[in-house]
Parts: sequence; structure tokens; C-alpha cells
Amino acid sequence: MAKKVKLSEMTDMFKDMEILSLEGVTIEGDIELDLSGLGGGFDPMLAALLGQENAILAQHFARLANMFGVPVGIGAPVAGAPGAAPGISPALAAPKFKDLIPAKFDVANIAEWTNQIQEVPIGNTSADGGSRGKRVLLGGEKALPFFPDAPMPNRNQVTIDVFDMRLGLAKAVKENYDDVMDNPGEWAKKNVEKFNADMITIHLISTDPLIKDTSPKDAAKTVEEVLQAVDVPIAIGGSGNPQKDPEVLAKAAEVAEGERCLIASASLNLDYAKIAEAAVKYDHDILSWTQLDMNAQKELNRKLMKQCNVPRDRIIMDPTTAALGYGLDYAYTNMERIRLAALMGDEELTFPMSSGTTNAWGARESWMVSSPLKEDSDWGPREYRGPIWEIITGLSLAIAGNDLFMMMHPTSVAVLKHITQTLFGSIEAEPVDISNWIGAEV
Amino acid sequence: MKINSPLEAYKYLPQTNCGECGEATCMAFASKLIDRSGKTTDCLPLIKEKKFAKKLAELDRLLAPEIREVVIGVGDRAVKIGGDDVLYRHKLTFFNKTKMFFDVTDTMEDAALVDRVKSIANFKKFYVGRNLLIDGVAIRSVSNDPAKFSAAVKKVSEVGIPMIFCSFNPAVLKAGLEAAKDANPLLYAANKDNWKEVGELALEYNVPVVVSAINDLDTLKSLTKTFSDAGIKNIVLDPGTYPSGKGMKDSFTNFLKIRRAGIMGDTEIAYPILALPFTAWMSGISDPVSASYWETAMAAVFTIRYGDVMILHSLEPYATLPEVHLAETIYTDPRTPVAVDSKMYKVGTPDENSPVLFTTNFALTYYTVESDLSSNGINCYLLAVNTDGIGVEAAVAGGQLTADKVKDAFEKSGFDLKTDVNHNTVITPGLAARLQGDLEDKLGAKVLVGPMDSGRLPGFMEKNWPPKK
Repeated sequence: MAKKVKLSEMTDMFKDMEILSLEGVTIEGDIELDLSGLGGGFDPMLAALLGQENAILAQHFARLANMFGVPVGIGAPVAGAPGAAPGISPALAAPKFKDLIPAKFDVANIAEWTNQIQEVPIGNTSADGGSRGKRVLLGGEKALPFFPDAPMPNRNQVTIDVFDMRLGLAKAVKENYDDVMDNPGEWAKKNVEKFNADMITIHLISTDPLIKDTSPKDAAKTVEEVLQAVDVPIAIGGSGNPQKDPEVLAKAAEVAEGERCLIASASLNLDYAKIAEAAVKYDHDILSWTQLDMNAQKELNRKLMKQCNVPRDRIIMDPTTAALGYGLDYAYTNMERIRLAALMGDEELTFPMSSGTTNAWGARESWMVSSPLKEDSDWGPREYRGPIWEIITGLSLAIAGNDLFMMMHPTSVAVLKHITQTLFGSIEAEPVDISNWIGAEV
Repeated sequence: MKINSPLEAYKYLPQTNCGECGEATCMAFASKLIDRSGKTTDCLPLIKEKKFAKKLAELDRLLAPEIREVVIGVGDRAVKIGGDDVLYRHKLTFFNKTKMFFDVTDTMEDAALVDRVKSIANFKKFYVGRNLLIDGVAIRSVSNDPAKFSAAVKKVSEVGIPMIFCSFNPAVLKAGLEAAKDANPLLYAANKDNWKEVGELALEYNVPVVVSAINDLDTLKSLTKTFSDAGIKNIVLDPGTYPSGKGMKDSFTNFLKIRRAGIMGDTEIAYPILALPFTAWMSGISDPVSASYWETAMAAVFTIRYGDVMILHSLEPYATLPEVHLAETIYTDPRTPVAVDSKMYKVGTPDENSPVLFTTNFALTYYTVESDLSSNGINCYLLAVNTDGIGVEAAVAGGQLTADKVKDAFEKSGFDLKTDVNHNTVITPGLAARLQGDLEDKLGAKVLVGPMDSGRLPGFMEKNWPPKK
């Protein structure tokens, strides 16, 4: 039961479809296009155009018919259309497409970023009255890291850990340091010469009463040894014991006078005033460490500035690093919030940030031989898993606003530096033609 | 979302406080709509009564996320991408975490292809009570032969996970679509050369489509505008992902700009973005481990900064584990703390002489304590007390961790201090020291105060375990 439809009727129906009301329309059987009345012998170009228009309409009509349950082959009705020019298939007819609609992409910078992050130097060269071979600069940003709103003045820096005694480390880490673990000076040298450390962190963990309870004087000796061994700026960390640390760090600050070390750390649960006082007195920076809490960070920074008179260019924050899979979501957001608040004018937070990226080695995925869970897919060799765990933990925080990384694995250091410096814009590379990626041989 | 206060949403609700949505008042329901924990379809009068139809339509328009949502695939494993309303996760949360598709080619041997697709589909990593999965397969037409592509698509589609068809040749894409009717794959890609034909395919088969313009945002926007005008709604953007040097910085910048424009209301570019960490393999890195590392680093960058879907190559666990973990990390809702089940856990292989500890059910605390114990080989029982997912210090201060709560948790866990162990002793977190006396009374057990930081549990155990009689 064929029903003939005129072009004009189809156009009308089409109009209806646009407003989604097709009540009362019934379609039965095959669809045939009757184009009689257009006349013969007209311009072939016009014929071609009409053919295209027909194809468009026919396709939509066919779809429409399909919607109402009438089986129709796409393109089928066109075949019999007398107006269709040869060689124009429905696929090429591109019903709704004529030409690309031109467009201009534009987006504004973020107007609310009004404040600059404080620039903080670490390390005094001879010109500054110290003996370091170079000085590291942190901070100075006016936008989130690597964002186009403002140039990022200083790249990320990596300080590699040294401990003042042999300790248990993940196997993948330990094999790089086994030969120097009894000698902090040699360890520091290896970090700089072999592993390209921008800085060294010496952790005075043997001073912990629960470990070896070594004296502040012993600790000071270790610090001197490390300062002698390398000429990069150094960070000095305690054992984490809140009773002992102030005493140990004050003594360390004293023997390192004039070197502008980073003293780690002042926190709310110990005598931060004693540490801050020593840092200022002996010309050092101070690490203001809080645990995943932006308000606590503000409080401590305020206390350091107001109570302890620490100048703004001597404060670096450590808002705590939780490893990938073990709270990185909190660490990431905490840092991003801190940096955004700072850029938008919170003067108590406009400081560079540091991350204890080494914490990534606490995640079982970084050191465990295999998954303890049978249902898990194979975890593969841990020698490769560990370093990437440290890289991704650090890299995420670099994007959130972190400036300085305390790290351990040489591969992690190398890859993290390479990717952050790529985003910073300082890595030159042969341009790669990616347009053919689909066929790439991999 | 075009509105951001519950009051604005409230205007469109029935305002009868009928309670059918489960909320006591329409105002309470309005706040759920604003924080996207509730949907308009939960309001039965709104969807059932004709007189509200206009209001419903308008409300849906106002509540629609700034970045369009696009679905790839069908069935249980279909994935949704896009749907974001903010540039920073703490402002609300990010929705629809980054979806990871791993590549296969239409030139692979059958057996190898099937193997690889199965390992993609079956990948599983336990995390905080759930499994992290890989989302789908991207089939690259290396052959550029419609028949070969069709054959590969048939094999992949048998596994039933979402697919991306990769070719710039419309004939190849069409062959794929014919081979997997109704699988709703994502077409990659329409570019300035083939857009008419690929756009036509997207319309004809009603599938989502990628528009690709490498490092050229004007053309990208021109393509989306043209497609959107033609009635194509499900568009994904490919601004190109350079794997190295200044090119990579440009790509990163493009992702930022596109998302920023979309969130700020440029609807013509407000679509999900596709990233191609795959290009790491084209950057000239010769050894596969380094290439994998670089691919993973690229995946991390674009998981954090606005990649909604990505195509990757390395299936080595050292690459995939951090990738799936990071996507979970960035897309976990910061508004609700992650919690573990409140129950008694065994760490290692404890027996009747082993210590019994408790902590909170805040996932971060729990997993930290648990890994501090297990990594030091301390076999013990660890009770996770329900503190509504709040950490020890805050829970003690806020009253979510009390002696009564601990007692209750022991009872519910079915663990009996008097019979399951021979020492009737419990170790509290150092940060809950003040509960000691109260706990001794309530539990009728000896209570030791543990260290402030679970990292010090090994030293603590050496000194204090077994407990002195």
C-alpha cells in the first residue's frame, strides 16, 4: 500500500519533527518520493543540490519511519528519485552538514588570583656569607603551578634523604644506598653526584630516645659532616620526637650558622618557639609542619610570624603528604586549597610548600612482594612498582602547588624532575608528529 | 549548574513538603539537588503531575552540569564521562572519574588479541572495600582495512566492555559500527578532513564521537559547534596530547583552558576531554619500562587536570596500579570521609596471645594503622570503631569515639576479650589516652595507652608486650 509523499509535504513533516509533535501522522508501507512537477532539463548543479536535499530528507524520513516501526532501508528511497544526480550517495550527502561553522576559542585568566607566593631562598653562597655552591629558590608563583595565567618563576626542587644511621628501607630503595648507609657524608655526596639531588635532607633519627638516644652534640657533628661533604643547600630534620627535637634542631642550627639551611620542623605539638628562635638567630629557614589541616597551618604560620618573629621569607610549609592510595586525596586537596587561598589573598598561607614524598614508600603497593589478596590481579615486580608510587605521589602534589620534594629513589627523582620541568617549560624535545598515533607501531 | 543556592531550586519544587522524596521538606530536598546528592526524578509529584512539567524541564536545565555527560558502552560496564561543575574538587567534588581504555590493534593475532582484551576486562585491584577496574578497550585500526577492523571489533565486543573505535577512515569506522550494533562505542575521530562523513556516522548510528584538532582550539570549537548544530549531543574533545617538551606543556595548557571555558559557561566547548598518554610510546623512549613510566606520569597529569577519558598502552601492573589509584583519589568525594566497615580485623595470623588494638573506621586512619602493624609483622586483632569516618583526635574531641562506642563495637564484632584472648587487655590509640579509665570500667579489661602515632607501635610492642601481669 504505497503512499506518495510530495517534497513539500516532507518538508512540512520535518518542521513538525523539529518541535517533536507528530501526532496524527501515519505512515504505512514503502516510501516513495514523487518529485514530479520539478520539471526536466534544469541546471545539473541544481539537480545535484536537489538530489542532496532529497537524500537528506529521505534519510530523515526513513529514520522517522523507523521510529514508527516501518522497516526502511537507509538510502533506499533515494535510488528512485528522478532528481538525484549520479555519483552523490547519501553518505556523502551529509544532511545536516554544509561547512564548518567558524569559531574562536577564548578564555580569560583567573581574576581572583591577586597575591604572589612568597619567594624563599635556601642555602647561602659565599656572596651571602655561607659556603654553599648554589642557592635554591622556592615560591614566587602568581598562579597554580604550570598554569598559563602567569609565568611560574621557580621550578620544583628535589632534596634527597640521608639518615644519620643505617635503617630499614624498602628493598628497591636500599639497594641504591647500601654502600653509603654507614656514612652520612658519603651518602649525601652520592645523592648529589650520582642522583642529581638539588638539595640534601639529613634526618637525625638516631637522636630519638627510642632509637639510639644520641646527643644533640653528636647530631651537630653529623650536620657538619654533611655540610663539608656537599655544597648544595641542606635541610636538617629531627627524629620526630617532640621532646627531643627542639634541643637537637637548635644545636644543629647553631653549628650550621650562616648556611641558610631548612630546619625541619616546627609543629604545634612541640616547642616550636625554641626551633624558630634558633633558625632566625643562626640564619636559617624553618619548615612549618601541620597534619592535613589548613586551619592548623594558618595558626602555626601566624604563631611563627607573630610570636617568634620569623620573617616571611624564611617560612616553608609542610601540610603533610599521605601516600597514593593512603590519603593522597586529603593531601592533594589540602595543598590545592592552601595554594588557592594564598593566591586569593590569605597572607597566612602565601608560602612555598614542601612534601615528604618519601612517605609513598609506606604504601604497601610500593614495597610488598605481591598482593596479600588473592582476588587482586597480579601486582608485578615491586622493583618497578615502588619508584612509580613515589613519582605519582609527588607529581600529584606538584600540580596541587607543592614546590619542594623530599624523596628517596633515584629513578623517582629523575622522572619527577623530568615531568615537572617539562610542565615548567624548560625541557627541549624533538617535536613528535602525533597525528598518526593510531597506526603507531608499539 | 546554573544555580547554586537551595532557595533557587526550591522555587521550582511543589513546595508541599509531601515527603515522598525521603526528605522532610522541599527545602531540604532542594539542598540535595544543589549538592547533587539528589535527582529531580526523586520528586514524584514533579515528574508525575502535568502542571509541573514546565518547572521540571526548567529545573533540569538549571541543574544540568556545566560539562556535558557522555555515556560509552552499554549494560553493566557502560561508563559515563564528563558531568563536572567545578575546577577544583574541594569546591564540590569531581564526578565520573577518568576512564581508562587500553589499546589493541586490528593487526593482532586472534589469540593475542583475545588474551589482551581479557586481561583488560578482568583487571581488579581491591581498594577500601571495593575493586578498581579498567574501563574499556580502544581498538586502533593499524591496517586501515574495514574487513580487518570489523573482525577485530567482533572479537573485542564479545567481552562486553566499552570500546573506542580508532580510525580517521569513515569506511573503517562504519565497518566497526556494523560489526558491533548497539554497543554504543565512542568513535575516534572526526577531524577537519573527515568530519562530514564521521559526523554522519555518529548521527546514523547514534553513538558518541570524538572531535580532534591538535593544538588548535579554534578548529576544535568550530567542529563542536558544527556537530552540535547538526544535532550531535555526545561529543568528546581531543585537543591533542603531545608526549614531550614544549608540546606537552601546550597540551596541558589546552586542557586547562578548555575546562575553564566550559565551567565558566562557554557551552560550545563544554564537553568531556580525551587524553592520549599513549603518545608516550611515540616520544622516542627506547626501553619499555621507561616508556611505561612516562605514560603513567602523563596519565597522572591528565587525570588531575581534566582528562575525562584516556587511551593507554602499558598493561604492566606497575603502570596500571598507580593509574587506577590516582583516578580514584582525585574523584573521591571530599564531602564524605572514606570509611571502612566497623568490625574486628585480623592482622597477620593472631592467636590467643596476640594484642588487641582499636582505632577508628576512618579509612585513612585504619589503613595507616593496619599497614604499620602488618609491615612490622605484628600479628594482632584490630577493631575499627564506627566514628562516622572521623579520625581519632577529632573523634575523641567530637564525642564519636567514647568508651561506650568502643564497648558497643566489641559487642557487635562478636569478639570476647575474656575468651578469645588470654590476657584481657586492649591497647588504645595514644590520641585517645583520656578514655583509659572509662574504658577499663566499661570493658572490665586492662587498658594500655599506645603511642600517639601508629608508626611507633613496633617500639611500643617491644616494651609493653606481652603485658605485665
